Amino acid sequence: MKKSKQFWPFIGSAIAAYAVIQLLISMGILDDFYSNILIFMSINIILAVSLHLIIGITGQFSLGHAGFLAVGAYISAIVTMKLDLPFPVAILLAGIMATLAGLVVGIPSLRLRGDYLAIATLGFAEIIRIIFLNIDYVGGAAGMQVTHMTTWTYAFVCLFVTILVIVNFTNSRHGRACISVRENEIAADAMGINTTYYKVMAFAIGAFFAGVAGALYAHNFYIIQPQNFGFLKSIDILVYVVLGGLGSLSGAVVATVLLTIVSTFLQDYPETRMIIYSLVLIIVMLYRPKGLMGTMEITDYFKLWRSWKGDKQHGK
Amino acid sequence: MVNDPLLQVKGVGIQFGGLKAVSNFNLKINQGELIGLIGPNGAGKTTSFNLLTGVYAPTEGEILFDGKRINGLPPFKVTQRGISRTFQNIRLFNELSVIDNVKVAYHSLAKHSVLSSILRLPSHFSGEKEMEKKAMEFLKIFELDKYKDEDAKNLPYGKQRRLEIARALAAAPRLLLLDEPAAGMNPQETKDLMELIAFVRKEFNLSILLIEHDMNLVMGICERIYVLDHGVLLAEGTPEEIRNNPKVIEAYLGEEVHDEHA
Ligand SMILES: Nc1ncnc2c1ncn2[C@@H]1O[C@H](COP(=O)(O)OP(=O)(O)OP(=O)(O)O)[C@@H](O)[C@H]1O
Ligand SMILES: [Mg+2]
Repeated sequence: MKKSKQFWPFIGSAIAAYAVIQLLISMGILDDFYSNILIFMSINIILAVSLHLIIGITGQFSLGHAGFLAVGAYISAIVTMKLDLPFPVAILLAGIMATLAGLVVGIPSLRLRGDYLAIATLGFAEIIRIIFLNIDYVGGAAGMQVTHMTTWTYAFVCLFVTILVIVNFTNSRHGRACISVRENEIAADAMGINTTYYKVMAFAIGAFFAGVAGALYAHNFYIIQPQNFGFLKSIDILVYVVLGGLGSLSGAVVATVLLTIVSTFLQDYPETRMIIYSLVLIIVMLYRPKGLMGTMEITDYFKLWRSWKGDKQHGK
Repeated sequence: MVNDPLLQVKGVGIQFGGLKAVSNFNLKINQGELIGLIGPNGAGKTTSFNLLTGVYAPTEGEILFDGKRINGLPPFKVTQRGISRTFQNIRLFNELSVIDNVKVAYHSLAKHSVLSSILRLPSHFSGEKEMEKKAMEFLKIFELDKYKDEDAKNLPYGKQRRLEIARALAAAPRLLLLDEPAAGMNPQETKDLMELIAFVRKEFNLSILLIEHDMNLVMGICERIYVLDHGVLLAEGTPEEIRNNPKVIEAYLGEEVHDEHA
């Protein structure tokens, strides 16, 4: 398959991008403000790409991604702050616990369809938030102090692993099974695909990386509070995926980068931010109802461009 | 034992609310047979396919495949046991490429694990290569290989129907259920398709159950024919017997003849 040929260039350019940015940071050219944007961007991309697997690839409309983010954030904070274990352990445990949460919600609710699944996952995320709100051990409404530990290197490594895993999963028989569920569940079933299994699988993998993002998120600020993980947070993540084009991973990445930049510069004007956000959404939905990239990937555009060039050379 | 029928349907029925869509349905298919299932609109033909493939659980009766009960199994397990189907209303994976549509059906025969795919272990590459090779074989038989990278939704109608059959075959069935595979095709396309069906039947040593509206066509290629009307079995026999069965002529052929003259 051609996909395997894209593998090494991807790894190469990723490592190069990391090295350049790390160099700029250590030389002091990128100050804290910019490195913070990059970290925040990485966290958001992890969230977007993990939700993309659930919604864009498998077609399961989940509105509870902030719930997994919350589980990851609190679990990781407990691991580092209360148990004094190293940060990488916290990241891993955050992912594992979020996966378990994903299984608990997913197994019963993934039999539901469309709107019902959306409501079930929304309810789940609210329950998670309310649970943390009422546990004094993690500070209740006042929140929990967390030491700043997330660095560009941690953020990058997690982002890199997330994309690698999700791209590799998608471009395999397992990913195709998930897409077949999205495309026509009855036909997928009739072709021997265990649709529930693959829905739960996509949900679990998506939840794992949302949990990882939660660990990075918690240790990027000095405090986490239940209110950070409300319904609006789930919507924020959903917007990245929908704006990018349901089914396009690179679309989700591009949309996340753009929106993260917009919202960072408008941080101090939350009202303006919401207005611009809404405007962007309305404009995109009017002019590109399938999202920025539809179901296309950047590599598809590259192929199109090459075949277009080829046509020109052949005098067509 | 070898002579046991491949499929045995014993008194199967299903009720939707007050409507008995199919009742007391009996059917037997031996290894390698090509059987026709006919009947007027709304007779319960598609419903009986849905019963055979586990889409609906029968409210009465029993279905034995290869001597084992399969009623109550979910569709994907029925398929893995060796029954696969096409749909009257085409149900392709529209946004997947033609070849990927076929690969999905080959999914359960491939063995590489999720972990091997994520880590890109050798078993992933060999497994995917095998799938690619197999899928190409099926596309070639159905002359769809030159469309392999096209999205399924972009195929013309007749080719979509062929792709559905190619996909059903990739699931490696022993019994293939075809629900009006020639619907909407022109006479030439239909003729080609029937030759193809006869070919794959030999090639893959298949048993086939075929729903088809075109009487001449069914009479021409099927060994035995079952006739459904209002959810009950009206007749069963060779094309000759069916052609001369007064009940069938009244319920079904008569209607067709009228239609043709209208
Ligand atoms: N899920 C369902 N719920 C309620 N009624 C149903 C359902 N499926 C089928 N029916 C009814 O069962 C009867 C048989 O339908 P079926 O689709 O099996 O007919 P058919 O023989 O395939 O007809 P056609 O030649 O038009 O395809 C019809 O009256 C139909 O309305
Ligand atoms: Mg029908």
